Amino acid sequence: MTDQAPAIELKGISKSFGPVQANKDISIRVMPGTIHGIIGENGAGKSTLMSILYGFYKADAGEIFISGQKTAIPDSQAAIAAGIGMVFQHFKLVENFTVLENVVLGAEDSGLLRPSLARARRELKSLAEEYELNVDPDALIEEVGVGMQQRVEILKALYRKADILILDEPTGVLTPAEADHLFRILENLKREGKTIILITHKLREIMEITDTVSVMRRGEMTATVKTAETSPPELAELMVGRKVLLRVDKAPAQIGRKILEVKDLNVTDSKGVHRLKGVSFDVHAGEILGIAGVAGNGQSELLEVLGGYEKATGSIKVNGEEIDLTGAKSDGQSRRAKGISHVPEDRQREGLIMDFHAWENTAFGYHHDDRYQRSKLFMDNSIIRQDTEEKMARFDVRPPAPKLAAKNFSGGNQQKIVLAREIERNPDLLLIGQPTRGVDIGAIEFIHQQIVALRDQGKAILLVSVELEEILSLSDRIAVMFDGKMMGERMPEQTDEKELGLLMAGMTTEPKGPLHEAVEANLAHAGGDASKEA
Amino acid sequence: MDAMPKWADVILIPLISILLAAILSALVILAIGENPWEALKLMVDGALGSTYGWGYTLYYATNFIFTGLAVAIAFHARLFNIGGEGQALVGGLGVAIICLYIPWPHWSLALLGAAIGAAIFGAAWAAIPAFLQAKRGSHIVITTIMFNFIAAALLNYMLIGALKAPGMEPATAKFPEATHLPSFQDMFNFGETTFFRGAPANITFFVALIACVALWALIWRTRLGYEIRSFGQSESAAKYAGISPTKIIMVAMLISGALAGMMAINNVQGEAERLVLNAVEGAGFIGIAVALMGRSHPFGVLLAALLFGFLYQGGAELALWTSIPRELIIVIQALVILFTGALDNMVRMPLERLFLKMRRA
Repeated sequence: MTDQAPAIELKGISKSFGPVQANKDISIRVMPGTIHGIIGENGAGKSTLMSILYGFYKADAGEIFISGQKTAIPDSQAAIAAGIGMVFQHFKLVENFTVLENVVLGAEDSGLLRPSLARARRELKSLAEEYELNVDPDALIEEVGVGMQQRVEILKALYRKADILILDEPTGVLTPAEADHLFRILENLKREGKTIILITHKLREIMEITDTVSVMRRGEMTATVKTAETSPPELAELMVGRKVLLRVDKAPAQIGRKILEVKDLNVTDSKGVHRLKGVSFDVHAGEILGIAGVAGNGQSELLEVLGGYEKATGSIKVNGEEIDLTGAKSDGQSRRAKGISHVPEDRQREGLIMDFHAWENTAFGYHHDDRYQRSKLFMDNSIIRQDTEEKMARFDVRPPAPKLAAKNFSGGNQQKIVLAREIERNPDLLLIGQPTRGVDIGAIEFIHQQIVALRDQGKAILLVSVELEEILSLSDRIAVMFDGKMMGERMPEQTDEKELGLLMAGMTTEPKGPLHEAVEANLAHAGGDASKEA
Repeated sequence: MDAMPKWADVILIPLISILLAAILSALVILAIGENPWEALKLMVDGALGSTYGWGYTLYYATNFIFTGLAVAIAFHARLFNIGGEGQALVGGLGVAIICLYIPWPHWSLALLGAAIGAAIFGAAWAAIPAFLQAKRGSHIVITTIMFNFIAAALLNYMLIGALKAPGMEPATAKFPEATHLPSFQDMFNFGETTFFRGAPANITFFVALIACVALWALIWRTRLGYEIRSFGQSESAAKYAGISPTKIIMVAMLISGALAGMMAINNVQGEAERLVLNAVEGAGFIGIAVALMGRSHPFGVLLAALLFGFLYQGGAELALWTSIPRELIIVIQALVILFTGALDNMVRMPLERLFLKMRRA
């Protein structure tokens, strides 16, 4: 294998956007017939690099070699011609076309569609057998699950004769069973001599499936190592540039009185879809209740109802006091007054105003607080700025600049700004959605510590996350949501990813036949809109 | 990191835009066989060369400050109020009713009363589109522009009916003496030298300056302004924070309509001293350009309004003294609007790149 030309070789690739240098002199060799992982924190430059390889961006400097041949890739057509296929994080499929039509789209043989479709049908069949890439060619995309949509994306690439397949964060929207299935497909592809580049921020996936792994940090390639010769802590250190704790250290929970009591909560959205179906649960002081589930199964609506900006029927009690769910007192302000703080799932859309300065964001939602007022009429901006400065110091926000716009902070630091605002209110109940989505490993460690510290102060915490690992390591109790219903509760030490994965797919017992198929069928049945929300 | 220092953003870009518009205007004037340099001299001389010229420039600027502020506050809530024209017309109706039917003892009280009346009438005219937007989701751009036509029709109806003065003209009677506002001529009369003789600028200009400061304080120093800006930046975030979209849409549009309506104390009470047809003369639409150019900042609006006041008065002089047709003045004004408003990025992009290069070097 050593005398073989690499499938892909990048030499000295550099790219900057304005003042930001996204890629600095990057060189990498990917050998044919291997699975090569690229790992790095958000903003490390992984996606930029792949976009250059796929012809979306033009590199400022550097050369690309495909199978030893110097190749110019000015656009994605050239990339496809060079045998490169890409599966994006957000699928590029036509929702109301069938699987077959999507595969053929843009690669028709002639002006007449029928012969192309017939050929594609034959090809799909043989690909399905070869690689376990089974799809229903006549199903509409909007009616199939995320897992199948992803396989359609892979098939699209293979149909275009791709030898090199790039997958960008492919498991973000999958349940564990589906992810396992995807990895089997990738193994099959590798066996047939395809080259695969897997972009991810999950260390576990890298360890599980790749042969070689390259680590990126701040636009630079910091290392390329054989996966067998490395370990998760080492990779984490390479990514962050310092040692990180991958496990959350926490003492056993000191569970106190009941803080939150939810009974028979129902939500029907504006389109008439029943989003929450009779949800009931409790959260106690000093405990973290983790809610697991595939995105789009009602978790967002649950947080919105608790946060006060979605109407619902049913009953919610906080500290024994009934909360208004539909009337005038059903808004974020009233919830905050009841001692509920909320770190929303999407900090860029909800938690922060990206064009506001950090200090303006610190008052966000609490701008009626007495301490932020100069007089009846005017706010006291200097007090807010000072408060922001102190919060930034305590939460290690970098750079500690209250006058910088929120959009100019990294994902992790943005999250710290939201977290500082919500935690320092000293709430009785903290709602926290996707606390570490798009957050770098170094900041994840810090954020997890803060959540546990709040719990140890005797606060009730409701954690919603699609990252099963996060749920398992943080929660004192785990509830699983599927199709707007609670599938049951488990204690973290008495369950595992497999059992939770089944519950996330709406199954309480292991089905007969291939697991991933049953999982997929169930998820598609549950509305099939998880992909749209993700 | 911001790509450019702030001064480049607020001063350099508008300046370059105006310069480009001026160069293009010069080419057009050249093309029709006139001398652009002479034309410029005439404009500057006509608008700024005498206190008389200044009197007109500031009079127009006062109109544009009010309508510009009206558009600006709505912009902060991400609402595009293009109904300034209609709101100012209806504001005029309010001024006329208050001046004609209430016996005012002194102009200062009349000014106060008329300002409040104009604001209420303007706000009421904006309230209906605002309500339709907040509750029914009807797009504010469509409804406000339709309300301009309704306002014009309403004014027609009133001026040939209930408010019509005896005579041929569709206009109200002259307002009583006690409601006449002091003009700049009255205010700056020092014995033998009288400034601003015959110009329409009046005390309303100072009301407009106060409005600028007040709006600035509202937007950047109060909770309401904070909520309006939050809602304008991100509706989903505003909902999360417990800011009611209905409330913000209503309040922002009421303030906007009130400001547009207050223009009437300048043109109706201050200048015409009666209400005539089409009293607003397009100032409501100029307000959009003024707000765009002023970046929705009250002080930017002030500067932009002064520029447009200059263009209006200079343009009128140009039409009077040269064979440059009146229509060409509109072309020049349009070019300024085009470059400062619509083509902002054309100047911004290369300038940002330049600053980046300088920083790196």
